[in-house]
Amino acid sequence: MFFPISNSHINPIYLVVVGFVIGILGGFFGVGGSFIAGPALRLMGVDWNYAVGTDLAHIVGKSIVAARQHRALGNVDLKLGFFMAFGTIAGAECGAQLIQALKRAGNVNTVVSYVAIVVYFGISAFMLWESRKTLQSEKRPSQAGLVKGAASKKDRSAFSPVTRNIQRLKIWPMITLPTSGVRISLWIIVLVAFVGGVFSGFLGGGAGYIRMPSMVYVLGIPTHLAVGTDLFEIVISASYGTFTHAIKGNVDILIALVMHTGAVIGAQIGVVATQYFTGPKIRLAFVPLPLIGAAIVIYTLMTGHKL
Amino acid sequence: MKKQAAKSLRVFAIELAVYAVLVICYFFLVLHLLGEWLYRLETQHRYTYAGVAILLIAGQAVVLDTVTTLLFRLLRGRWK
Repeated sequence: MFFPISNSHINPIYLVVVGFVIGILGGFFGVGGSFIAGPALRLMGVDWNYAVGTDLAHIVGKSIVAARQHRALGNVDLKLGFFMAFGTIAGAECGAQLIQALKRAGNVNTVVSYVAIVVYFGISAFMLWESRKTLQSEKRPSQAGLVKGAASKKDRSAFSPVTRNIQRLKIWPMITLPTSGVRISLWIIVLVAFVGGVFSGFLGGGAGYIRMPSMVYVLGIPTHLAVGTDLFEIVISASYGTFTHAIKGNVDILIALVMHTGAVIGAQIGVVATQYFTGPKIRLAFVPLPLIGAAIVIYTLMTGHKL
Repeated sequence: MKKQAAKSLRVFAIELAVYAVLVICYFFLVLHLLGEWLYRLETQHRYTYAGVAILLIAGQAVVLDTVTTLLFRLLRGRWK
């Protein structure tokens, strides 16, 4: 099939299958899946700028489907999602500016690559430690690890003492999130979203692999709600990203529409699958995702080819 | 329990088959008709193209989500 906007020939079945895989990951983990979509489009000869922009457009569609499904299960905190969207957009702009500054300094690739590797490995190692520890503690009858305020989804975390201390910080204005069962300072929410946005602008993609764990560990949002809310937040921030990329001529919407037909089914499977796993198990299954991102960066560093 | 899982899988397989037919029709009709127009829009009116792109992907998401949910409910009801 010929796609005139990006001037590329791609088998639509390939696009549907890629969309399907990303849909499952998105529905289950609440991530955009850009670490798969970008390289998958590059493999088919799509220019890097089109791969990035088109991927964002596809993420919008996939996240709408997954967020709707999660909402039906009561896994979306709309209030939190709106607040986070503002922080993410501001952070993404800062991340993009940081990239421009590094470009001028002439060492953008090295710095971004090393930061990405450290961040990806750090997240994986931390989540592996925390989810294993929580799963081990769950075997004991004690309720010491219950995340405060997470009554709706009964999520436990070995990191909860730190989370509780963060929630105790009384910095005006304090926000109550009834859906998540959390009361926390607005500034902490915006800061978490802002940091996620900076990584999104700095490393590319939606940075769900940073935001979803941050929502669980820093804000104390139950994992199922963090996945659903992250998807809702991605709809807003990825729409913004799609618009800015489209006016720069980086979006082939036809490719995104074809990919999305596969993602619709995949996202629904992913969402349904979350019902069969507890929060710590979802977090444990999340561990390989940042490692895939790290592997792609290491491959790029070693070979000089950007996937 | 096994019977229920087998039933769910069967419904899902039928849903996939019906969905695949719908998607193929969609490729040939909608994308074929829209392709040329979107290409011209992208080269001549970028801001309009950006807005249309978001509307298209969001619209497709809502429509396909509704279609698949309805399909699943319809098929599950029929096989009960």
